[in-house]
Amino acid sequence: MAEMQDYKSTVKYETFSYLPEMSAEKTRGHIAYLIKKGWNPAVEHVEPARSFNHYWYMWKLPMFGEQSVDRVLEELEACHREYPNHHVRVIGYDNYAQSQGLAFVVYRGKR
Amino acid sequence: MAVKKYEAGVKAYRQTYWMPEYKPADTDILAVFKITPQPGVDREEAAAAVAAESSTGTWTTVWTDLLTDLDYYKGRAYAIEDVPGDDTCFYAFIAYPIDLFEEGSVVNVFTSLVGNVFGFKAVRALRLEDVRFPLAYVKTCNGPPHGIQVERDKLNKYGRPLLGCTIKPKLGLSAKNYGRAVYECLRGGLDFTKDDENVNSQPFMRWRDRFLFVADAIHNAEAETGERKGHYLNCTAPSPEEMYERAEFAKEIGMPIIMHDYLTGGFCANTGLARWCRKNGMLLHIHRAMHAVLDRNPHHGIHFRVLTKALRLSGGDHLHSGTVVGKLEGDREATLGWIDLMRKSFVPENRSRGIFFDQDWGSMPGVFPVASGGIHVWHMPALVSIFGDDSVLQFGGGTLGHPWGNAAGATANRVALEACVDARNRGLEIEKEGKAILTEAAKSSPELKIAMETWKEIKFEFDTVDKLDVVNR
Repeated sequence: MAEMQDYKSTVKYETFSYLPEMSAEKTRGHIAYLIKKGWNPAVEHVEPARSFNHYWYMWKLPMFGEQSVDRVLEELEACHREYPNHHVRVIGYDNYAQSQGLAFVVYRGKR
Repeated sequence: MAVKKYEAGVKAYRQTYWMPEYKPADTDILAVFKITPQPGVDREEAAAAVAAESSTGTWTTVWTDLLTDLDYYKGRAYAIEDVPGDDTCFYAFIAYPIDLFEEGSVVNVFTSLVGNVFGFKAVRALRLEDVRFPLAYVKTCNGPPHGIQVERDKLNKYGRPLLGCTIKPKLGLSAKNYGRAVYECLRGGLDFTKDDENVNSQPFMRWRDRFLFVADAIHNAEAETGERKGHYLNCTAPSPEEMYERAEFAKEIGMPIIMHDYLTGGFCANTGLARWCRKNGMLLHIHRAMHAVLDRNPHHGIHFRVLTKALRLSGGDHLHSGTVVGKLEGDREATLGWIDLMRKSFVPENRSRGIFFDQDWGSMPGVFPVASGGIHVWHMPALVSIFGDDSVLQFGGGTLGHPWGNAAGATANRVALEACVDARNRGLEIEKEGKAILTEAAKSSPELKIAMETWKEIKFEFDTVDKLDVVNR
């Protein structure tokens, strides 16, 4: 058994933040999943220092009814290009549950 | 109108309470009992006796029966069915008019349905298998203080099950050492830690000290991880006054969630506390100590699906459901049946899951099922697959027993959880491919790798005692 390691904690940002940064292929899979679930994709971003807040900046408006994975990826990339140091997350709004079906950070910002 | 005359004496119950032609009203409370009659008592008489003794009847005719409209108030046994594979007993369906019960009172409903009738001599054993609460009654109950979506919003947890851990050893830690264990779990990546149900306010750790040290642990873990955290502060107390005192203090120090044991604490206390939680913006975790006394015997007692409905009406945001895969009793299909009853807005009759009636909850919020007891990282793929996102998975020994300590144990569980959700979303069959998914995730998480080595061989493969009666055994 490996030797005991000291635990180093770092700042996280909820779902999937304990996994390595998402590959482009995996991100694509999750966006396809939220569209298949009938949820509405949305993009949000924030300065890493403010990430604990409930409300991040909306990137435009949620993409109601969007069925194209590529369109969602394009908006995520556009947001990241404009705010390269911000966290950028994708959300799947579930209007039946009146909640978010999925939300995770796609681009991890720099402190 | 037919005129009734008073005749003293004893009438067969069936004359008044067995009504096979009765069509239940939408507003009736319906119950199905599994009755094991005494030898020589026929089914219709036994069913009618249960209907009588759980509603308006007593053993003899009384003159005051004629001062009311008994035909309006009486319970009616309206159907009888065989129990598949068991000739010793049968199912009896009974309809109760809604006006037999006080509005919004789980206490009152259960005092009738599972009151004196359970000690009645004409039945050898009796089990309440299911109850249909009409929407008209559901709407009189307060229900969960917040429900699943509100809790997700308050705590910012989306798209995955929540993760918890019960602090051990369950008895004997000082408040400050206890807070340390909480802090380590939360900084490692858990969403919640939990007081053990046995922890109330003992000499070794009084409640106020525990609450204050736990609050410190939560505030620090939140600052350090940037994530929202909670600890179920157990407010179960000797008396309602002390229960509310503890709840008030938890709120005063900014804690998001408290806890109550709804069976040992009682339905009255639970309903009151749930109302207080709604009013004060506190989440409420519900533990179920004593449930197995009531629900484990297949012939006598109250089925857990009924206790689940009682809790959803009385109020709670979380309820322990069993794990299917861990150290405690629980059949998979039956468990899926009662976790539906916790979470869904409408649950249709489904005998293969033990659901006897359609149950409409209307707009009543849902309850998070909590899977806790003898589970560890190797169970994660099965747990995510069985319970789905709207659940709380609690690893006690599976967090605290990690060779590198609680924080590493918490991280191992969080990585395993996220890896399973990640794989599921991308279309993998996680129960089948569980080993490969965890092995892959462990490549970037030494904490998970060690956890997988530690618990490789632990299984709890005992048959369940209480099986669903759907096939001949």
